[in-house]
Amino acid sequence: MSAISRDEVAHLANLARIELRPDELDRLSGQLEVILGSVAQVREVAGDDVPATSHPLPLINVTRPDVPRPGLSAEQALAGAPAAQDQRFRVPRILEED
Amino acid sequence: MSSDLIRRTAAELAGLLRAGEVSAVEVTRAHLDRIAEVDGPGEAGAAQQPGVHAFLHVAGEQALAAAAAVDAARASGEQLHELAGVPIAVKDVMTTKGLPTTAGSRILEGWVPPYDATVVRKLHEARLIVLGKTNMDEFAMGSSTEHSGYGPTRNPWDLDRIPGGSGGGSAAALAAFEAPLATGTDTGGSIRQPASVTGTVGVKPTYGGVSRYGLIALASSLDQAGPCARTVLDAALLHEVMGGHDPLDSTSLNEPVPAVVKAARDGARDGIAGLKIGVIKELHGEGEGGYQAGVRARFDESLALLTEAGAEIVEVSCPSFTAALAAYYLILPSEASSNLAKFDAMRYGLRVSPAGVSDPSAEQVMAASRAAGFGDEVKRRIILGTYALSSGYYDAYYGSAQKVRTLIQRDFAAAFEVADVLVSPTAPTTAFKLGAKLDDPLAMYLNDVATIPANLAGIPGMSLPSGLADEDGLPAGIQLLAPARADDRLYRVGAALESLLLKQWGGSILDRIPELNDGRLEGANR
Repeated sequence: MSAISRDEVAHLANLARIELRPDELDRLSGQLEVILGSVAQVREVAGDDVPATSHPLPLINVTRPDVPRPGLSAEQALAGAPAAQDQRFRVPRILEED
Repeated sequence: MSSDLIRRTAAELAGLLRAGEVSAVEVTRAHLDRIAEVDGPGEAGAAQQPGVHAFLHVAGEQALAAAAAVDAARASGEQLHELAGVPIAVKDVMTTKGLPTTAGSRILEGWVPPYDATVVRKLHEARLIVLGKTNMDEFAMGSSTEHSGYGPTRNPWDLDRIPGGSGGGSAAALAAFEAPLATGTDTGGSIRQPASVTGTVGVKPTYGGVSRYGLIALASSLDQAGPCARTVLDAALLHEVMGGHDPLDSTSLNEPVPAVVKAARDGARDGIAGLKIGVIKELHGEGEGGYQAGVRARFDESLALLTEAGAEIVEVSCPSFTAALAAYYLILPSEASSNLAKFDAMRYGLRVSPAGVSDPSAEQVMAASRAAGFGDEVKRRIILGTYALSSGYYDAYYGSAQKVRTLIQRDFAAAFEVADVLVSPTAPTTAFKLGAKLDDPLAMYLNDVATIPANLAGIPGMSLPSGLADEDGLPAGIQLLAPARADDRLYRVGAALESLLLKQWGGSILDRIPELNDGRLEGANR
């Protein structure tokens, strides 16, 4: 598999919602290439017969009784908000302008 | 008296408090004075010289008030927990109601959580005294604490060196006698590696043994909170406070905490006759791997002492460990990229508007805020994780890494067929210089080579000091590993080894740490 290109890093940064400066893109793509070159060895270790493990515990569904319990008040929940209005989070526009 | 108090273990302080020989206020004040004396910022500011910088936030007033309440309760004859009135430092990755919590990130600067992590709630219920919040690599991503958004922590053994990471603040606070106990979290070694390079004790419990509720998640299938201390018994005492089932964490083990305090006491008293200890061939440092000579020498001496204590040493092979680091650095960034998506500048944390954009969209504000709030290492890992989870790469990278995880679990299962406990050096080297690996992410990742397999398999691990390396006089650590749910074995073996080492050294290894307040702070490299 080929190394990671600068354009690919820019695309990934966009997917991850992180604005990167041109110099950061240059540096990161170089570093990611080195890291990926090293971690790529995982592809050669396990055969098709090895199952994947996503979690250390063999978990089955863990549920609790569906009963009301106290939660945060609106004031507590909004206490750390960058902006709030009418007991709600105030956010920048989420739709394109007409 | 106060300089004497800060050198006491938590068990000793608990005894003094119970006997009424000191008050919780006196003990707390002694530690707050010490923090004021040696902590300071990580980098030289206009007015202040650099200090250890173990703390991001010191809660002096709250701590003294809590201590006074413990003294009053004791005076009125109330039944108190054994550790009531003993101070503790809390890693800044744990939410604390009313105290700032940043996880070492600028994106959470000034955030005050409206709730306590379950671990913190348990500390309060046992009435330990929370001194403050300790420094860490941003979102626990790092092995040196240099990736903190608030400047590095310095190693009390040599202020120009790293204290390990991500929990460098907690480990340095212990080694600098700023706190007798501290909390940590360990995703790939963040409790054990700092313990190793600071001459302290750190334990990563079995996955699920301590609640993750209220821990700012890094990689949810790997994260585990645990105790940091200066002795094995102190770690056990704290482990029993922190551990146990929590209905608020769906991955919490629904079973009692292993009897770790009893195991620590038994191990120190009775030794470990008949126990089989497996040396992991792949982590023994022979051939490649870059293990420092002094680290290996102290490790081999510890093996000799374990034999003396009655253990039988066997060699075990874990061939898949050679791929553990690679698997970890795919699984961790994948999970982290998902967990850190919640820092979106909408509900809490930093919000930055992009420069030169009038009426920016939410997406533009998110991207600008995350650019401004996240440091380089966090950006690197989020993008790496986004890549590993992309369609077209998912099977090759994340999928293959999960298969390696299966192989590592199988290696451990086979090794525990022939050995009760496994051992290796905790970290390949002693503490390196600040800045030495900052520009080489891959070299930084190699610090975790011996600690990562335990996280991938979910088993418990402990690091305790094995001595000082001859070449640099800095602490080295030995790692003990046990099967899942058998955390007590770590404490039995750890306490047995510790008691023999203490005899050999004629006291604690921290008795040999250079004084901090004799001009070394002024002389630290700015």
